[in-house]
Amino acid sequence: MFVFLSRRLLFLVATLLVVSFLVYLLNEAAPGDVARKILGPYATLEQIALLTEELGLNRSVFIRYGEWLGGLFTGDLGYSTLFKAPVGEIIWDRLANTALLAVIAFALIVPLSIVLGVAAGMRESAALDRSISLASIITTSIPEFASGVFLASIFAIWLGWLPGTSTLVRDGGWSITSQLVLPVAVMVLYDLGYVVRMVRASMADVMREPYIRTAVLKGLSWPEVVFRHALRNALIAPFTVILLQINYLVTGVVVVEMIFAYPGFGRMMLEAALAQDIALIEAGVVVAVFIAVSTQILGDLAYMILNPRVRLR
Amino acid sequence: MSTGSPILPPGAAGEPLPRTAELATLWRLLRSPVGALGLALVAFWVAVALFAPLIAPFEPNANDYLALADPTPSGVHWLGTDNLGRDIVSRLAWGARTVLVIVPIAVAAAYAIGCLMGLLAGYIGGWADTLLMRLSDVILSFPVIILYMIVLAHFGPSAINVILAVAFTAAPSVARIVRGLTLDLSNRPYVAAARLRGESPWYVMFVEILPNARGPLIVDGCLRMGYTTIAIGVLGFLGLGLPPDDPNWGGMVKDTYALMSVYPHMSLIPCGAITSLVIGFNLLADGLREVAGDE
Repeated sequence: MFVFLSRRLLFLVATLLVVSFLVYLLNEAAPGDVARKILGPYATLEQIALLTEELGLNRSVFIRYGEWLGGLFTGDLGYSTLFKAPVGEIIWDRLANTALLAVIAFALIVPLSIVLGVAAGMRESAALDRSISLASIITTSIPEFASGVFLASIFAIWLGWLPGTSTLVRDGGWSITSQLVLPVAVMVLYDLGYVVRMVRASMADVMREPYIRTAVLKGLSWPEVVFRHALRNALIAPFTVILLQINYLVTGVVVVEMIFAYPGFGRMMLEAALAQDIALIEAGVVVAVFIAVSTQILGDLAYMILNPRVRLR
Repeated sequence: MSTGSPILPPGAAGEPLPRTAELATLWRLLRSPVGALGLALVAFWVAVALFAPLIAPFEPNANDYLALADPTPSGVHWLGTDNLGRDIVSRLAWGARTVLVIVPIAVAAAYAIGCLMGLLAGYIGGWADTLLMRLSDVILSFPVIILYMIVLAHFGPSAINVILAVAFTAAPSVARIVRGLTLDLSNRPYVAAARLRGESPWYVMFVEILPNARGPLIVDGCLRMGYTTIAIGVLGFLGLGLPPDDPNWGGMVKDTYALMSVYPHMSLIPCGAITSLVIGFNLLADGLREVAGDE
């Protein structure tokens, strides 16, 4: 257990170092570009040289990466050239906004996917299974921008029940809660079908096991077979899949944030990438990789605890 | 979409099919309603892409300024015009061509890299396995959409960059599937026979193992075409990757969704197009899996 954890944590740190250095290399391979991006197309060459000098961009990439890494350990994330403010003042607010969407969406996805997945998987190929499976194929097939447009045209434009933008500012009399409905709906619609299919596959596998046949043949009632015998084993495998959705919900929602003008983490990263705002990109990448790898570690750990037959290296 | 690998049909790998059996598979696919609908949707868009120059009544980038007064569908512009007075039918048809050229190339490239990685990892094993799978873990742990944003914002819009970015991020998950299939197929008698004849490892990997893994790989490839279509649409929507003048469905939504409250048709139509193509790929994959499961 201890060996497993320390190996995985080492992998986490190594991934963070490798990825952040690669991003640094990529973004700063051409130092002139950064100053040009900040000053715009009409700046003179002297002005650009001056700013490059001032920002210290003419020194070696390795030295600057070292400095940035040093800053990271003292809690200094650098200065955002796009927002003209320290990165620490921007990134946590944006992350908190996205986390708000993620928490609500996750709280809906987990129970819904378990109920639908178990209902579909308990009687393979029955009418209920076929309709749930088909519905989940179709909902995962709709790109987020398309479901955003579909839902907004129905509920915001046609019916007028909900706001079409979610800026988290109380404008036009729409409460913050009402602004969260459509973005969360798009996220749930896109992600739910995938998780449902995972739960269904696992449930269907368990229902084919000999011990389930024994339980049925010895005359247990159907709810007893499903809830007391099948459910526990069927939820072990999808548990990891469900945890991994956190990853998508926090770092993958850029499209939803764009459609609804939501001030979140993904949109911030898009803006930072387009403006080549290196400090903000780096901080965002570190956060994103940290979330990704730590949810994986959490998933593996949980799997090990839930399933004593598994030994992890 | 960053979520992992699709479910594979049990026992679908490894049974070599004679030619007539493949025709029988196609026949069974057409008889399953889900598979037939998927095939029909995909075939429809492939036909639109092939005959785009014949279908499109106007140049996809030509502006009809007279239509700006009323861009809704009319006798001249069957599906209306967009925010710049460009004919939506024409842009839809040329956009079908854009997506159906880029997506298959990107998926093929991902398969070329992924199959090589997976075969080496699964067949050679040992250090090659450890190295390749660790490398895959690093790439897979990185949030795909953020990777696309950073790389494509840096290298600028071009179809080649999009293909490379998609292939690079999809290859590791193809590699995992191929590795699993390779581990399974390596124990088959015909692989042992080839080894005893003294065939080289390359021959065994590409002639004995890979062709026999094609069942599950075709199903996965179909699903991956669907994901990749979504990815290309998203990149177009975010304004990353594809040159703005090439009509692409995601870009059509990006240009017009701000006008949704006045002219919803401008964004609803391309959204419907991309959704129907992705549904087509995914239903086709489901039909193929069902057919493979029957065998």
